[in-house]
Amino acid sequence: MTIKEKFDSMDYGPAPENAAEALAWLIDQGDRFGHFINGAFTAPQDGFDSRNPATGEVLATLSQASQDDVDAAVRSARTAQPKWEKLGGPGRARFLYAIARLLQKHSRLFAVLETLDNGKPIRESRDIDIPLAQRHFYYHAGMAQLMESELPDAQALGVCGQIIPWNFPLLMLAWKVAPAIAMGNTVVLKPAEYTSLTALLFADICQQAGLPKGVVNIVTGDGAVGEMIVAADVDKIAFTGSTSVGRRIREATAGSGKALTLELGGKSPYIVFDDADLDSAVEGLVDAIWFNQGQVCCAGSRLLVQESIAERFYTKLKARMDKLRIGSPLDKSIDIGAVVDPVQLETITALVASNQAGETYQPSLPLPSDGCFFLPTLIQGLSPADPLMQEEIFGPVLASCTFRTPAEAVELANNSRYGLAATVWSENINLALDLAPKLVAGVVWINSTNMFDAAAGFGGVRESGFGREGGWEGLSAYTRPKGKAKPLAPIKAFAGKQDSHAADPVDRTAKMYIGGKQTRPDSGYSKAVYNAHGALLGHVGMGSRKDVRNAVEAAAGAKAWSKTTGHLRAQILYYIGENLSARADEFAHRIDTMTGKKGGAKEVEASIQRLFTAAAWADKYDGQAHGVPVRAVALAMKEPIGVIGAICADEAPLLGLVSVMAPALAMGNRVVLAASAPFPLAATDFYQVIETSDVPAGVVNILTGEATELAQPLAAHMNVDAVWSFASTDLSETIEKASALNLKRTWVNNGTALDWGLDHSRKFLMESTEVKNIWVPYGE
Amino acid sequence: MESQTLEHTQPLVLAQEPRNPGMNLDLDWVASVQANTSAIERRCATLPARRSVKKEHQAAWLLKAVTCIDLTTLSGDDTEERVRRLCAKARQPLRGDILQALDMPAITTGAVCVYHDMVPAAVKALTGSGIPVAAVSTGFPAGLSPFHLRVAEIGESVKAGAKEIDIVISRRHVLAGNWQALYDEMKAFRTACGEAHVKAILATGELGSLRNVARASVICMMAGADFIKTSTGKESVNATLPVSLVMIRAIRDYYDRTGFRVGYKPAGGISKAKDALVYLSLIKEELGDRWLQPDLFRFGASSLLNDIERQLEHHTTGAYSASYRHASA
Repeated sequence: MTIKEKFDSMDYGPAPENAAEALAWLIDQGDRFGHFINGAFTAPQDGFDSRNPATGEVLATLSQASQDDVDAAVRSARTAQPKWEKLGGPGRARFLYAIARLLQKHSRLFAVLETLDNGKPIRESRDIDIPLAQRHFYYHAGMAQLMESELPDAQALGVCGQIIPWNFPLLMLAWKVAPAIAMGNTVVLKPAEYTSLTALLFADICQQAGLPKGVVNIVTGDGAVGEMIVAADVDKIAFTGSTSVGRRIREATAGSGKALTLELGGKSPYIVFDDADLDSAVEGLVDAIWFNQGQVCCAGSRLLVQESIAERFYTKLKARMDKLRIGSPLDKSIDIGAVVDPVQLETITALVASNQAGETYQPSLPLPSDGCFFLPTLIQGLSPADPLMQEEIFGPVLASCTFRTPAEAVELANNSRYGLAATVWSENINLALDLAPKLVAGVVWINSTNMFDAAAGFGGVRESGFGREGGWEGLSAYTRPKGKAKPLAPIKAFAGKQDSHAADPVDRTAKMYIGGKQTRPDSGYSKAVYNAHGALLGHVGMGSRKDVRNAVEAAAGAKAWSKTTGHLRAQILYYIGENLSARADEFAHRIDTMTGKKGGAKEVEASIQRLFTAAAWADKYDGQAHGVPVRAVALAMKEPIGVIGAICADEAPLLGLVSVMAPALAMGNRVVLAASAPFPLAATDFYQVIETSDVPAGVVNILTGEATELAQPLAAHMNVDAVWSFASTDLSETIEKASALNLKRTWVNNGTALDWGLDHSRKFLMESTEVKNIWVPYGE
Repeated sequence: MESQTLEHTQPLVLAQEPRNPGMNLDLDWVASVQANTSAIERRCATLPARRSVKKEHQAAWLLKAVTCIDLTTLSGDDTEERVRRLCAKARQPLRGDILQALDMPAITTGAVCVYHDMVPAAVKALTGSGIPVAAVSTGFPAGLSPFHLRVAEIGESVKAGAKEIDIVISRRHVLAGNWQALYDEMKAFRTACGEAHVKAILATGELGSLRNVARASVICMMAGADFIKTSTGKESVNATLPVSLVMIRAIRDYYDRTGFRVGYKPAGGISKAKDALVYLSLIKEELGDRWLQPDLFRFGASSLLNDIERQLEHHTTGAYSASYRHASA
C-alpha cells in the first residue's frame, strides 16, 4: 500500500510493541522455570507450558509444584517470618520501596511480558496494571513505615498463603504481597497456571532488592497446588478468583483457625439515568466491560438503562462498539486483546450460545485468524430472570435491561448473589449520592468506572467475598491484635438434683424474643436450668431451626434500623444501659445464682459500660475520605453488615451478649443472639430491658437452646450476613463450613477465650461494619 | 472550495455534502445537553495512549493534516506582501523532494485565513489554486461592535471573494443563557454569508463550562453553521481536547438527528505534529472517517505546518529535521 493509499484510507495501520526484551529475558532464564523458594529458584521440573493466548505459542515451561515443594516454601516462610517481623516497620519499608522502584525501572519489561502471557492489550498492562502494582508497593512501604505508630496493637498474622487469578497477574500479586509483607508477614504465593511469568519476574526483582530469603516464596502449578497451600501450615489464606473455588476454600479452612479473605466473582450493575452524560456513560462502558476482555471481577457486566433513554443509549452504544479494535494485544491501537486461554474462550462462547433471550449485538470487526478472541457483545432486552443477568460470564459480554425509577434501579441492581462493585451515571448529585449507599457493593463508582488505587480499599459483599485490599481498611486482613489467645474450656450446664426445689416459688417461664415479641419455642420443648447446687432456676425454650428461621425473618424485616442515624441509635443504647442499671442488683444476683460465682455485679457494671461505649461510638465511628491520585474523592463509608447471628459466650452470660449486641446495634446491624446454653436466664431477663428501651421490633432477637442446634441453621441461613461464635463449645468448624453457602462473614473463637473484662469495642465495631468505597470524581 | 488539487488527491470525499440548512430552535434539546467534565477529561487523557499511528501511516496522516490546515495570519501588522507569502506557502506547503520521497502528488492546505482587509490580496494570490480564502469577521475577535456592522462586515468579505467566513458569537448570550438571542444572531450571520460557508467561533475559553460549550455548539448548528470552531486564537485558553470532544459529540448528535454533517475546526494552541495526530484520531473515533477530510475538518493553525514538515522529512531521511530546512510563510 502506498502512502497515497494510506492518505486516502486514513487507517491506523499496525503499531506493534517490540517484544524482543521480554522474550530475551525468558531465554536468559532457559525458558524453563522452577519455583522461588527461600530466596532462590529451584531446578525446573516437569510441569506445563505457558502459552501466549494471542498466538498459541509456548513462552516457557513451568514446574508443577509437588507437596514437597509447597512444604519447603511454607517452611522457608515460617523460618523467615519472626526475623522479618522483628526487622520493624521502617526496616521493611525500605524493602517495599526498593521493590516499587525496581518495578518502575523494569516497567516495560513487566508490561510486555504480562501482555505476552495474558493476552491483555499492551496499553492496559503498560498504563494500568504495572503502574497500579508499583503504586501498591509505594503505598504499603508507607504503611510499613507507619505501622508501629498508627497500629500499635497490631501484629503480623505469620505465614500467608496467597492464591491469585490470571486476569491481573502482577497487579493481584502486588495487592496480596505488598500489604502482607508490609505488616511483617511472609508469603507463599501461587500465581495462576495460565499466567505465572510476571510472578517469576517479580521473584527476580525480590532477589535484586535483596529481600531476605523466605519472605516471598512463589510456587507454580494448577489448582492442586492451591489446595496444598490451603491445607498447609499457614496462618492465613488470601484468595482472589471464582466464587466456586472461594467457597471450597471456605469449607476447607473451616475451623482451622486460618484467617481468610476472599475476593470473588461479580455481576456488577452499571446504571445509567436519563440525565446522564450519555456519551460519557457509553465510553465508561468501554472501560467497564471491554477492559481486559471483560475478564474483570468487578466488570460492569449488567447494564441497567432508564427506559426513557434506552433506545438512544443502545444506538450510541452500538455505534461505539463498531469502533472497538480487537486483535494482537501487542498492538498499541488495540482495545480488545485475547481471552486468556482456549478453555475460557469456550466457556464464554458456550454461555452466550446458551442464551435465547433478548437481542444480541456483535459488531462486524475483523478478527485475527487464530488465537483466543471473542467479539464485544451486547445482549439487550434481558430480564433479571434470564441466566445471563445473573451468571458471571467473565468475558466481553454485556447483559442489559431497562428500569423505570431510581427505586427500581436499586432493586434490579441488588437482585444478585454478588456485591462487588456498582456504577451510577447521573448528573444529579442528589440522585447519585442517594443511590450509592443503597447499592449492595463494596465499591461504587459515580460517573466513572473501574477506578482503582492502593489508597482505596477494594472488595465485595455477599458472594463476592470478604476482606478489603488497599487503604487502611485493607490492613486488618494481614494483622491481628497483639497477645496470645488462651484456650477456652467447654462450660457445662449444672445438672439438677432429684430432690431440688425451685429457687423461686412462682414459676417464671423464660421465652425467646423474636420480632419484638416473647415467643414460645416452635418445638414445644423446654429445658430446665439449674444452679450450681442443682436447684431449679427455671425453664427455657429449646430453640430449633424454625426459631432461627423466624428470628432471621424478623431481623431481616427490621432493615429500617440500618437507616437510622447514629445519634438515634446512641440514644437507644444509652436507654438500654439506663434500664439495665435500674435493675443492676437483680441481674447481678441472677448471674451469681446461675454461675455459682460472685462476679455478677462486676459483670452488670461492665455490661452497662459496653452499652455506653457503643452509644458513644454510634455517631463517631467515621469513615474516611481517601486521598486518591485523581481529581475525585473516594469516600470510605462504614456500613452495617446487615443481619448478624451470634452464639454468645458462656463464661460471661450477660456481658458476652451485651458486648456482641451493643456495637452491632450501634453500627446499624440487626442481631439474632443465641443465649449462653448453660446460663441462658440473664439473656432472657435482658429482653425485658430491651422491651422497655424503645428498640424497634426485630432489631434484637434472642434465642435459647443448645448452641450446637442453633449454630448450623444460623450459619447456613442465606439471609444472615455474618455469624459470630463465642460459645465455649467450639462450633467454629460447623459455622464456617455452613457459612460457605452464601459466603457470609464469620468471626469464630476457634476454641480460644476472649477476655470479656476488657473492652474490645474497636474489634467489634470493625466486625460490625463493611467499608464501601464511593468514588466521586468532580469538576465542571 | 473544491480545488483541482484536492480533487486530484481526494476523488470522492468532496462529493456533494449537502449544506446544513439549520432548523428551528429546539430548547428541549438545549436543556437536555449534558457534559461530565471529569469523564470527558478521562477520555481525552487516555485517547493518545489508545491509538497510535506509526511509520508510513503516520506520514499519510500528517499529509492529511496539512490538507486540513487553515493557514492563518491574524496580526495587526499583516500586510499584503506578508499575506502573499502565506498564500505561496499554502500552495506549496511541502518541499517537492519530500513529496517525491513519499510518492505523493502535490497537496495544498485547506484554506488561508485572514482579516477582511487582507481578503483581496489573498484571493489574488490564490487565483487558480482552488484554495479558498477564509475571512474572520463580525468584529473578530471580541464580536462587540454594532450588530449591523458585524453583519455588514460579512457581506463585504463575501463581496471581496472570501468563500468561508469565520464569525464570532456573542459570548454574553451564552453566559446569560439567552439562547434565542444566540440563535437569532447566528442565523443572521448565516444569511449574510449567502453561498459562503460559515464557521461559528464559540470562543470556548470564555464560555465558563463544557456544558455551555455543548449548548452553544448545538444552537449554532440549529441556526445553520457549516462549521463550529473552538476559538479565535486570542483567548487565554484555545483549542483543547476536552472542548473538542464536547463539540464533536454535539456534531455527532446533530448528524444523528438531522442527517446533516457539520464540520469542526479546532483553532489555537495546536502546534505539534503529534497533537495533530491525536486530533485526527479523536475525530476518527468519535465522528468517523468521513470527517477526516478538509470539507469537514480544519486546523486553525500557523506554526503547526512547520512541525509537520520536520516530521515528514524525518520520515524520509530517518534523521530529525530542522525548521530552517523548510520554507517559511
